[in-house]
Amino acid sequence: MQVEREALLDMYRRMVLIREFELAAMDLFKRGQAKGAMHPYIGQEASGVGVCMALRKDDVIAGTHRSHGHNIAKGADTKKMMAELLGKETGYCKGRGGSMHIAAFETGSLGALAVVGSGIPLAVGAALAFKMRGEDRVAVPFTGDGGSNTGNWHEGVNMASIWDLPVIFVLENNHYAVSTRLDNAVKVKDLSIRAQGYGIPGIRVDGFDVLAVYEAATEAVARARRGEGPTLLVTESYRLEGHYAGEPEVYRTRAEVEEYRKLDPIPRFRTYLIDNDKAKPDELSMIDVDAKKEISDAVQFAKTSPTPDPTTAMEYIYA
Amino acid sequence: MTSIERDAVTLGSTKPAMSPNLIVQVPPDVPGKEMSYQEAIREALREEMLRDERVFLMGEDIAKHGGAFGVTRTLFDQFGPVRVRNTPISENTIVGAGTGAALVGMRPVMEIMFVDFSGLAMDQIYQEAAKLRFMTGGQCKVPWVLRMPQGGGSGKSTAAQHSQSLEVLFAHIPGLKVVLPSTPYDAKGLLKAAIRDDNPVIFLEHKFLYPFRGRVPDQDYVLPLGKCDIKRQGKDVTIVASGLMVWHAMQAANIVAQEGISVEVVDVRTVSPLDEDAIGSSARKTGRVVLVAEPCRSYGPTGEWGMVVIEQAFDYLQAPIVRLTGRFTPIPFADSLEKGAWPETSDVVRAIQQVMK
Repeated sequence: MQVEREALLDMYRRMVLIREFELAAMDLFKRGQAKGAMHPYIGQEASGVGVCMALRKDDVIAGTHRSHGHNIAKGADTKKMMAELLGKETGYCKGRGGSMHIAAFETGSLGALAVVGSGIPLAVGAALAFKMRGEDRVAVPFTGDGGSNTGNWHEGVNMASIWDLPVIFVLENNHYAVSTRLDNAVKVKDLSIRAQGYGIPGIRVDGFDVLAVYEAATEAVARARRGEGPTLLVTESYRLEGHYAGEPEVYRTRAEVEEYRKLDPIPRFRTYLIDNDKAKPDELSMIDVDAKKEISDAVQFAKTSPTPDPTTAMEYIYA
Repeated sequence: MTSIERDAVTLGSTKPAMSPNLIVQVPPDVPGKEMSYQEAIREALREEMLRDERVFLMGEDIAKHGGAFGVTRTLFDQFGPVRVRNTPISENTIVGAGTGAALVGMRPVMEIMFVDFSGLAMDQIYQEAAKLRFMTGGQCKVPWVLRMPQGGGSGKSTAAQHSQSLEVLFAHIPGLKVVLPSTPYDAKGLLKAAIRDDNPVIFLEHKFLYPFRGRVPDQDYVLPLGKCDIKRQGKDVTIVASGLMVWHAMQAANIVAQEGISVEVVDVRTVSPLDEDAIGSSARKTGRVVLVAEPCRSYGPTGEWGMVVIEQAFDYLQAPIVRLTGRFTPIPFADSLEKGAWPETSDVVRAIQQVMK
């Protein structure tokens, strides 16, 4: 698949931006400057970026508790995201949502739903609306391997399949549902075969390879826009950090994590770009520097932003 | 209870279960027609679908079959399969897909066959639909209606998994509105308001009221959500009730009127948000209060209404508040066990006499 150089650099930029955002966010959580829970997407950047690069701005995504990466990949403003993590009025959700509920309707992000699997029906419904109105937009719900065991997932895939809805079900297999390893929770080894039970295509790609994800997503999106219905896209991935920032990770060995770290999608893509004369090292380093700067500005913005006024506590409950 | 006919709820039956004259909301000189509660709901759906192309229906067996109680019958023929959508048996996804469609500009009306099945959809109701606007800091709205038949009636209900009254489950959740109409006029006007409202609205239809008839105006109208309705003015006793219990209250009010007791009936036709002032001001006026609701007593609506009375009318009370509720039991099947599971007219009469002592 031929991909424009500009798009390749954009992919790299988005992946690095996610990585820097997550590192900064983890730091804030570990220092106790951000409260609640924070679920890093480190290691899975190629999956979210590969998918979202295949989407238009007017396409929609529905996320999970681990959706900082999806939002950045879809074009969200990192300042408003970081402010949300710190519970500030300038955050996307005006401090009402926090890390697990970042929504950015301006970019087509319908929200991060922290009940595993619950974003699936929302995306199905959005796709239904698109189809009823004759629009060629698509909806993309993200879930992990754990999410694919929920009733939400199976009901949603079934409903989208019977109505040929424009949905790409992205299943990011990071191999652990919190501490439960995939083979303790699913009988089949290849999650993409679950698509067969619903009569839709199931595609499995290397989730560390942003171009492989992009290519598969592009094809699934085109199919959906043509009115041919949903696709299950499984991206084989791994989270290089714990389930949440600071998790003890008693359920896996350091050796296993280090083995997967060799597959880290960012250095891999960097090498690809340089080896194939798509980018010069300096150019990529400049992107790295810019990303670091953007995120440190975002942290500064978040820290200096006002907290919500307690007299507004009852706002936004009813329209 | 003798005046509710045993066959009144037979599907498609138009036989009135109590005299429609108990509640007259549209006088004969106003252009209108008599119709059942079920027909009034159907007409509200039809008119809103004609008025607004964003409105569509989704649920199990709602197309040709017209739903478990025939409410949507004929709508499929008029609007077709795109706007009257049969779904698989997937309650959670019916509701969740409704939310997703609402987020991108549609106004779906979903049906769940019995409120008893709403447990299957609870995640999408109380975790997603109710909270999305709040959690996103007002970035979105979720304008949908979830229609669910509920309620039981002595000698006629269908045991523990099809007969409950569960408005309390929804009324406890910020972000939801909960409606429970008691008459055809209210059902039509409140459903139209619910469809036009920008929030998720739980619209509970008392299934034993489906055949109840009443006059409905020809002209388009909507009724306000979040307001009680005074179904009968009185000065001696206030009865606060909702759903089918309003009819028992009205019937009891007629009976005690012969003893010279003047009863005011406050219909809590929107369960949430609760119109506390309407309850409080009626209680201050009469000083004697009977609360009648179908859900169980523990943590049920009468506890909430009673507390409103205490907060707003304590100094005016001339007798302890009496409350009549469903028994704290799953609904049994056998007639002999089921009898007494809910308040009936005779219970309300006795309660009125008690507060008048």
